[in-house]
Amino acid sequence: MEDGWVLARRQGTLWTRAGMIQAVRRFFSERCYLEVETPYRITAPVPEYYIDAVASGNWFLHTSPELCMKRLLAAGYLKIFQICKCFREGERGSCHLPEFTMLEWYHQGIDYRLLMEECEELVAFIASDLGCGEVIPYRGKKIALQMPWERLSVREAFECYAPLSLGESLERKRFDEIMACYIAPHLGERGPTFLYDYPLYSSVLTRTKRDDPSVEERCELYIGGMEVANGSSELADVDKQQLRFEKARQFRRLQNKMDYPAPERFLEALPAMPEAAGMALGVDRLAMIFTDSPAIDDVVTFTPEYI
Amino acid sequence: MYNAGDLKKGLKIKLDNEPYTITEFNFVKPGKGQALYRCKLRNMVTGNQFERTYRSADTFEPADMREKKMQYLYAEGKKYYFMDSENYEQVFLAADQIGNAKNYLIDNTEVEILFFEDKPLEISLPNFVDLIVVKAEPWAKGDSVSGNTKPVTLQTGYQLQVPPFIEEGEKIRVDTRSGEYITRVKD
Repeated sequence: MEDGWVLARRQGTLWTRAGMIQAVRRFFSERCYLEVETPYRITAPVPEYYIDAVASGNWFLHTSPELCMKRLLAAGYLKIFQICKCFREGERGSCHLPEFTMLEWYHQGIDYRLLMEECEELVAFIASDLGCGEVIPYRGKKIALQMPWERLSVREAFECYAPLSLGESLERKRFDEIMACYIAPHLGERGPTFLYDYPLYSSVLTRTKRDDPSVEERCELYIGGMEVANGSSELADVDKQQLRFEKARQFRRLQNKMDYPAPERFLEALPAMPEAAGMALGVDRLAMIFTDSPAIDDVVTFTPEYI
Repeated sequence: MYNAGDLKKGLKIKLDNEPYTITEFNFVKPGKGQALYRCKLRNMVTGNQFERTYRSADTFEPADMREKKMQYLYAEGKKYYFMDSENYEQVFLAADQIGNAKNYLIDNTEVEILFFEDKPLEISLPNFVDLIVVKAEPWAKGDSVSGNTKPVTLQTGYQLQVPPFIEEGEKIRVDTRSGEYITRVKD
């Protein structure tokens, strides 16, 4: 009966989580976004370098709704959002669940800079809707939500917090380790921080920066040392997109990871996709912040270990 | 062989031919980046601790541990000797490996000893042991208020609190996990 006790104690955080999700819907509907649902079960997931899909028969459970939502953009939808479950093989930790809730939105005609502002407004809207005030406590820290939030380029973050330069970290294949162990813990300690302009490294669907081809127009939101959202100006060039997929698939084959079929329908639709930016935000992690919870387990009904 | 995905708190692995136990574990993964498995490890022989971060492709050898039933023989200086009752082989554990178990060891106590290859590492005791009280203040008659206790010394030198009616020369049962008195034992 230990489970019953654990579940009963979670009621408070689950109420806050539900309130948060209602606020998200209100925020987007006030801004004329269309809420959509796309299939969880798909034929071809994004061939990502380090994200593995869970197989479901001959198909796969999506790791994010990105490809289907971009096909909607290509079909002329201007502003869409979705709250859905996503599935990622082998991801389990204090901030990871193999089945988690994602909020993903796309906005035609803007780039990642405006997208960061929209994300700020969304989180501030949720906070005021929950009656949180401008400073929220999270794991012993005081997080000030007043806008604008700090923006730090990845290069600057390495200069501030890392024992190695960005160049050296990439050369020695230690980028992820330095990011996760040395940089992330310092980010968003006093207020949320956007990290932006990532080196061309592991993302597959992001546009390269026009005036600096060494980086791509990608941003990540950190609050209290935890990555909460990831956004980018979307890559709309079919040839480049095909090349990126091919490189990622080659990498996956070399690593003996499962090779997914190419997402043909998405590639067919891509030429019609206008310029757009999109953000993916971890709903469970945002709930951890608004409920001051140390583990993702605290903000969901059931974790895989208790099913 | 273990994969990085098998790592968890309490798992015992072999690194550079020494046994380690994972005392803390966390999975971290930058959104687009590779999975990292952050571990705090304790060397089961030396007690040294350190942190290490592993990646998905890393593999680990399980530490080949086995438990053997042995009998306690005697202590000499800081060495505690035990004997395998089947083949009469003797091994010793150092005082810091024995820890609090010394409070409960008398001749012929049956214990389980955890071995890594042929190195004895840890001792596990039966949950309850019976020991003789060698020193106790006499029972002040009339002191029958329940909950009162008095200190006594056992044959191993261990001191603990017992009910006031326990007298010198009596045998008592002690819980080796908590170190507390359980009951009086009549032979």
